[in-house]
Amino acid sequence: MCTTCGCGAGEVKIDGEHAHHEHDHVHADGTTHKHDHDHDHDHDHQHAAAATHEHPHAHAHPHSYAPAHSHAPGVSTKRMVQIEQDILSKNNAYAAENRQHLVERGIFALNLVSSPGSGKTTLLVKTIEMLDGRQRVAVIEGDQQTSQDAERIRATGAPAIQINTGKGCHLDAHMVGRAMGKLELPEDSMLMIENVGNLVCPAAFDLGEAHKVVILSVTEGEDKPIKYPDMFRAATLMLMNKCDLLPHLTFSVPRAIEFARRVNPGIEVIEVSATTGQGMDAWLAWLEGGAAAANAAKLATVDALKRRIAELEARLPAAASSRS
Amino acid sequence: MHEMSLAEGILQLIEDSARQQSFARVSTVWLEIGQLAGVEVEAMKFCFDVVTRDSLADGARLEIIALPGTGWCMQCSMTVPMTEVFGECPQCGSHQLHVTGGTEMRVKELEVA
Repeated sequence: MCTTCGCGAGEVKIDGEHAHHEHDHVHADGTTHKHDHDHDHDHDHQHAAAATHEHPHAHAHPHSYAPAHSHAPGVSTKRMVQIEQDILSKNNAYAAENRQHLVERGIFALNLVSSPGSGKTTLLVKTIEMLDGRQRVAVIEGDQQTSQDAERIRATGAPAIQINTGKGCHLDAHMVGRAMGKLELPEDSMLMIENVGNLVCPAAFDLGEAHKVVILSVTEGEDKPIKYPDMFRAATLMLMNKCDLLPHLTFSVPRAIEFARRVNPGIEVIEVSATTGQGMDAWLAWLEGGAAAANAAKLATVDALKRRIAELEARLPAAASSRS
Repeated sequence: MHEMSLAEGILQLIEDSARQQSFARVSTVWLEIGQLAGVEVEAMKFCFDVVTRDSLADGARLEIIALPGTGWCMQCSMTVPMTEVFGECPQCGSHQLHVTGGTEMRVKELEVA
């Protein structure tokens, strides 16, 4: 368990997915074999001080042994191996896959990040209602536990899928890729990914989105951008939510913007209130602009591909005739 | 931040490399961590020990090579040292800095057997 953020893995649940995993073991003698577990769980969890687990598993273990002995016994085989790889390279590879899938289909994807309680889900519900079918929106909801947020989104009629990260403090690109597969996103639609409420960890994990949007509610401190600079640096847009409450607070909007620009000089800012609808028009215009750009980018790619195919086809008869 | 996930990422890289290069034990891991990467070295060492328990890197030494933070100051038009991501230019005090180095988080090399 991480003492910094309480982050852990291995408990991820995505709506409608059953646990299935594959291990690769490397033994001390260099032998590797592969397990293919098909778990048929019968959970009886009683996590108290004395944790008792009862997992009657139905295992199917097709083992494949591949001995890889390359050393003589008793001879030290210490050596150096160059790695030179980014720690997040695995996540980044999944994110690149997601991004390609989204861009090719003209889907405008946003990664919504904030601290817990900033009003992300309420803002999303209001956004979907106000778009009023002009844009098809699908939502991926990330929370440590419960599917309450996904249910709130589904009540608007938009498809939503919940990812429970268990102990995990952020969504990663692999989880999002799996959820995208289940949502079967239509072309030229919007995908909103509501990340786990956390201003720290999600900053580092690219999910394949077009932009990160950070939501700062005015009931929080105006110095949040400099306290959690990574997140505000990673975001393209800052939504200042709950602006209807400003008359009751000492929160200074100009100071909050100044702090955000100190961390990220280029960050855009829109003041909104999901409750009263104030500023929502500007936010919707930003969204529709982004969606139109995503659509145009897809068409440009499609046109480029069509041109390329036409060029290649034009060369085919020439190539055939030069051979004969 | 999120040192546990990073430690898991490191172990994955090690395990992938073990399959490709057929080694069974790792005794030392060298990481390059930028000063502006937001990684707490002590938390990272703690998480690495937890994550690698009973793995091929159980008990491995973690060596961290710190890389300096640098940024491009738009006012001075030059590269300046940075100690915080939202730091100010040591020359002119401006916040118009674009980070150019020091956000690295890389597994550099391993000593294996």
